[in-house]
Amino acid sequence: MSLSNQLKNQHLLWRAGFGPAVEQLDNLDKTSPQKFYKAIQKTSSKKPEYIQAADNYLQGLMMGVQDAGKQQRQEMSPEQRKELQQKSREGIKNLNLYWIKEMVNTDAQLREKMSFFWHGHFACRNLNIFFQQQLLDVIRQNALGNFRDLIHEVSKTAAMLNFLNNNQNRKDHPNENFAREVMELFTMGRGNYTEHDVKEAARAFTGWGASAKGEFVFRKFQHDDGSKTFLGKTGNFDGDEVLDILLEHRQTAKYISQKVYRFFVNENVDPAKAEWLADRFYKNDYDISKLMEDIFTSDWFYDEKNIGARIKSPIELLVGIQRMLPMKLENEEALLLLQRVLGQMLFYPPNVAGWPGGKTWIDSSTLMMRMRIPQLIDDKDEFNIKPKDDDDQMMGRKDDEMKTKSDGNRMGRAGRPINAEVDWKKYLSYYDKVAREELVNDISGILLQTKKAVNADVISQYADAGSKENFIKTATIQIMSTPEYQLC
Amino acid sequence: MLFKRKEFLQLGSLATASFMVPKFLKSFERIDMVPAGNKVMVILQLSGGNDGLNTVIPIRNDIYYRERPRLGIEKTKALALTDEVGLHPALIGLKELYDDGSLGILNNVGYPNPDRSHFRSMDIWQTGSASNEYVTTGWVGRYLDAQCHGCDRPTYALEIDDVLSLALKGENSKAIAMKDPKRLFGTSNEKFFKDVLKSHKDSGEETVDYLYKTMSETLSSANYIFQQSQAHPSTTEYPKTELGNGLKTIASLIFSDINTKVYYISLGSFDTHVNQEAQQQRLFTELSDAVRAFSKDMKDNNRFNDVMMFTFSEFGRRVSQNASGGTDHGTANNMFLVGGALKQKGVINEMPNLDDLDEGELKYKIDFKTVYATVLKNWLDADDTAILGKKYEHLSFC
Repeated sequence: MSLSNQLKNQHLLWRAGFGPAVEQLDNLDKTSPQKFYKAIQKTSSKKPEYIQAADNYLQGLMMGVQDAGKQQRQEMSPEQRKELQQKSREGIKNLNLYWIKEMVNTDAQLREKMSFFWHGHFACRNLNIFFQQQLLDVIRQNALGNFRDLIHEVSKTAAMLNFLNNNQNRKDHPNENFAREVMELFTMGRGNYTEHDVKEAARAFTGWGASAKGEFVFRKFQHDDGSKTFLGKTGNFDGDEVLDILLEHRQTAKYISQKVYRFFVNENVDPAKAEWLADRFYKNDYDISKLMEDIFTSDWFYDEKNIGARIKSPIELLVGIQRMLPMKLENEEALLLLQRVLGQMLFYPPNVAGWPGGKTWIDSSTLMMRMRIPQLIDDKDEFNIKPKDDDDQMMGRKDDEMKTKSDGNRMGRAGRPINAEVDWKKYLSYYDKVAREELVNDISGILLQTKKAVNADVISQYADAGSKENFIKTATIQIMSTPEYQLC
Repeated sequence: MLFKRKEFLQLGSLATASFMVPKFLKSFERIDMVPAGNKVMVILQLSGGNDGLNTVIPIRNDIYYRERPRLGIEKTKALALTDEVGLHPALIGLKELYDDGSLGILNNVGYPNPDRSHFRSMDIWQTGSASNEYVTTGWVGRYLDAQCHGCDRPTYALEIDDVLSLALKGENSKAIAMKDPKRLFGTSNEKFFKDVLKSHKDSGEETVDYLYKTMSETLSSANYIFQQSQAHPSTTEYPKTELGNGLKTIASLIFSDINTKVYYISLGSFDTHVNQEAQQQRLFTELSDAVRAFSKDMKDNNRFNDVMMFTFSEFGRRVSQNASGGTDHGTANNMFLVGGALKQKGVINEMPNLDDLDEGELKYKIDFKTVYATVLKNWLDADDTAILGKKYEHLSFC
């Protein structure tokens, strides 16, 4: 059975972006996926704008600290330090919300989706807003560029160097954390090197650090410039050379291609396809844009088994709803709370391995919460849920604010509704010509990627039949509140 | 939420909400406190790799103080258990349990070819696998598979958290994760969801069916857990911390006749590469206060003999301190056992031998899987060989 252009285009838009936007509805069955992809490619090749989330006050505070020569935080007064930390956390919240807005509104969908992938790949926790902004910018600038540039640049960000303790990696006292994660999670994957290789790589990275301003610094006197033997090669390697050696190994192309396949195509990797991608990725010297083109222009990407088989991550779910139903949120912090409850808060990955994804998103409580979100948006009811406790690995640092307080002083706890004002106009007008009895099927066709839709009688039964408009609205909310809508 | 506030308050009181109670639950309306004898296990995960040497301290070992000039805890500050062994000063509650004969300490627990990556080592502990095998089910999950064959309420194991750990994911059954029984109840009890579920037929699409299965299990478990949690809520005062709240929820369920045998809860992060002292002090205070309240609650209600609690962490830390006021990832570690029916108490085996290290790391003496085998067989009366896929020796602490 040949699949409709509409279904294929929706598939493309969910995978190469965050789902179809209401503005795209009219074109879904008219344009071929090839054309759609060309358009996405074009809009995504624009240079992204720097996201500045730190406000003037925080920047002033930070500048003041630097001007006074207080490079070490220890030299600040406890009050100053506390204020800076608190402001920094607020900055990270704003950065989160700005980025979500970009995901919802930008037509550079592929760039932001790819950045979102790298955000999970180069998972990093750092409470310094300036460092986080910088890392996000490095990722967004290079998201569709070359993986070689990306990994060299990411490895030199203050956020990553601090998170993986490389500021403490010294000639006489090596700290292996950075080297280990670069090999295990960023390039080759486990099982392709020895413990000895990790130790030697750690020596090569000695002296790599960052200043308080977030600039990369090479501390010559902390660097071990002796001879190292790494993955069979011997030389007085430094960190850049170790990264290049890792890239020389085809295993790195294979590891990245497989991860990309799992994220963009299917959790169950087709080994032949993944090998083909890895070959081309390696031959194209790690050109990410070409890798993605290989995927999205291949016939097999549109195979039935790849459609509707992916469990949306919480971010994909939250952004996807907003793309179809544009809305103004009075209580934007609700978006942060939902991220926490569903287990995916941007800038707070569970550990250096990032979010495991797939079925791990789903347990009893997250599934029920996911199915309530559309109703929360629609219902203006109380938002009386408890955020997830955050006591995972922060490499020794604890973000107290992320931790649930037991005194009832929780975000959203005071009965604040989400207060979403949905702009239904465009969405409703799309159904102008649809007959009443066809509505449930058409809405399902737009919203769901699964082969079978949820039972139309149940939807009709719970929808408001008072007017066509109300029927469309309530049926949409109901269909979004089903297990099927969790998939794309 | 679709639950209006008023409605929810009404539902909170079961007396006024009997119309809400499905038929199959009617028999639970009058729930008697479970008599003693119903054994449960409480697993307390210390996430991030707790520094065991500053937890159970070798207070007369020169090597310890030599390797940790800044971090070593002075003998006079440690809570002395014996001439040789002291506890971290913040673990007052555990010291009391020790004095009382309800604390056991297993030293040098680990596994061959230890992995120093957090998630990998945690995987190894949670799946109960060897360090060179990759298993996708957890050891408690496989216990659940064995206990809950074909049952629709996988409440034999519960995790007090919003996200379910791999440890509790079986091949066919997954445990329920919930931080608060009331919230789970509130989000599950809606007619639309029930009708959507009823109308679903096997789709042949793997992920769709997986979501529906999870939904079905959740709906049938939510009422059950909530009712049980309200039957005999604990009246003991607990510290107002995450762990305190969690253990109080567990206590309330233990007092009910819920079929749960295993409770799972985590505390962290113990990943103390920097500023270890403050971090460990804070977390141990939370640990000590919460476990103290829980133990008192169990004793006061004559259930302490039915409880076996144990702690674990994915690895210990290196013997020597690092240059940043912390310690780096290590290998073998100690485990605490807490309960009223321990057959071995106090410091059960020898302290780590700091003279005999493997490249600066502690050597393990007890494979953690023998601890799992012991509790599965001797405490839960389960087929440990089938669950762990291999026969392990049994220890004697229970």
